Amino acid sequence: MSSTAGLKSRIPSLFALREWQLTLPLALFLGLFYLAPLLLMAVVSVSQQGVSGISFASYVQFLSDPTNLKILFDTIWMGTQVTLLCLLIGYPLAYVYSRANAGWQKVLTFLILLPLLTSAVVRTFAWIVILGREGIVNSALLGLGLAENPIRLLFTHQGVVIALAQVQLPMMVLPLVSAMTRVDLNLEYASASLGAGAWQTFRKIALPLSLPGITAGCLLTYALSVSSFVTPSIIGGSSILYMPTFIYQQAMVLVNWPLAAAVSIILLITVLTIVIAFNSLDRVSRRYQ
Amino acid sequence: MSTSLPTKSVSVKQGAIDWETLSFRVLIALGAAIAMLFLTLPTIVVLVASFSSGETLKFPPPGFSLRWYASLINFPEIHEAAWNSFLLASLTTLVCVTLGVAVSLPLTRSRSRWIQAVDALVMSPLVLPGLAVGLALLLFFNLIGWQLSLTTLMISHVVICAPYVVRTTAASLSQIGGSLSEASTSLGANPFYTFWHVTFPLAQRGIIAGAFITFLTSFDNLTVSLFLSDARTAVLPIRMWSMIENNLDVRTAAISGVLIIITAILMILMERFAGLSQFVMKK
Repeated sequence: MSSTAGLKSRIPSLFALREWQLTLPLALFLGLFYLAPLLLMAVVSVSQQGVSGISFASYVQFLSDPTNLKILFDTIWMGTQVTLLCLLIGYPLAYVYSRANAGWQKVLTFLILLPLLTSAVVRTFAWIVILGREGIVNSALLGLGLAENPIRLLFTHQGVVIALAQVQLPMMVLPLVSAMTRVDLNLEYASASLGAGAWQTFRKIALPLSLPGITAGCLLTYALSVSSFVTPSIIGGSSILYMPTFIYQQAMVLVNWPLAAAVSIILLITVLTIVIAFNSLDRVSRRYQ
Repeated sequence: MSTSLPTKSVSVKQGAIDWETLSFRVLIALGAAIAMLFLTLPTIVVLVASFSSGETLKFPPPGFSLRWYASLINFPEIHEAAWNSFLLASLTTLVCVTLGVAVSLPLTRSRSRWIQAVDALVMSPLVLPGLAVGLALLLFFNLIGWQLSLTTLMISHVVICAPYVVRTTAASLSQIGGSLSEASTSLGANPFYTFWHVTFPLAQRGIIAGAFITFLTSFDNLTVSLFLSDARTAVLPIRMWSMIENNLDVRTAAISGVLIIITAILMILMERFAGLSQFVMKK
């Protein structure tokens, strides 16, 4: 292969070109079937049936109706509650994971990944079995004599928050685990041997060093919660509406595409705002490291 | 890594009960225990309920039998939906792996603005509402006059699944580093030879892990499919969703049971062959 030796100097530039070209198929695919449709949806959201030109009627229609504003508020509130609940119980789980031995880590990995990889419809269905009138919670409460009649858990906001928190918990735990396993435990030993108590060590060492995991986990959990459809539509029923359920109804049941598109854009903006906010938070938190 | 907490040695030296250490450890253990119960309870409940001998979904069930699993044998709608989902997920995985692996090659080596922009573009569907993507594609296909079919459904799934293959493949490529493929090319192998004989075998585990996650994500997706499937291409999640919305059929529990068992078996196989957790648990 001595003939290729002369080409050696040309290889790097040839390669740079090839590398760049490799991204083209997927970039073109996403440009055509992702960016263009999103752009089209933005255009549809400012159009009105039978009228030419730009019209913000759909946005005005949604944002001027108190019932619709409540849907927006409920969605944001639900996302916040789910995120906080996930952080509250996900953090200790990730903490234990990062300090467990290899055997326990295997068990915990399976416990975290199995629900993540099981269908969201299946997980939501499980919550009907748990929260329903004849469900496990009500059977327990009635059996223990703590309640006289079955309590209503399905079709409530709280029910949606609980079920969705379980569905999204792995998305909180994974970034936390990834941030915590990277922390050098010697820092904590040093802190403890210098006389700091468990809480002080946690507050001054473990917590600040896990901040990148917290921001990434909260970002994912929040974005996925406010845009999830399966769990809120089944557990919330028709009595409580959230943005995704509202979009689905407008688009597929009432065939009001401009309004559905406008509400989708509002939801997109809500999610993007939180993504940008958490990204800047993340930049601040990385200064600790 | 050991299980001992950093403060253990300190508490032993003090002799008396160290309330601070104790309160911290109890709270952490309690939180983790609640999280573990919370994560596993639904899976266990569905599995137990699916073996019920009763007519309705009751927990705990009155007795155990396989009758609801047996009833799935004569349920053609579900067979058809499961087959559609399987076909769709397989096609989506094939396209995602082909396009995604190509993107991940320059991603790990180049820092150019173009590559970074493509990376952001590929990753963005992970956080954007799937429902909005579904609606946008419905409007788009409607505009260009494409009939809804398995192809349009697959296109929408590739958009939302591509990030998984790109992430896991890039992760395993960055572990390998570029020196081996550089050695191959500088010894005179052409880029294709280098890819097939050096890069691909080394990145195989990441690609398989990505393909597996893509397959499950596509198989499970409801929000995007909701807009892009019609009666002919009804997929399993949509069938199950409408079954749950309409009436609480115990057959739904049996389908869920089958899905949970298949997922668990596939997970164990993937852990064996691709070291799945390595790509999901650590970045």
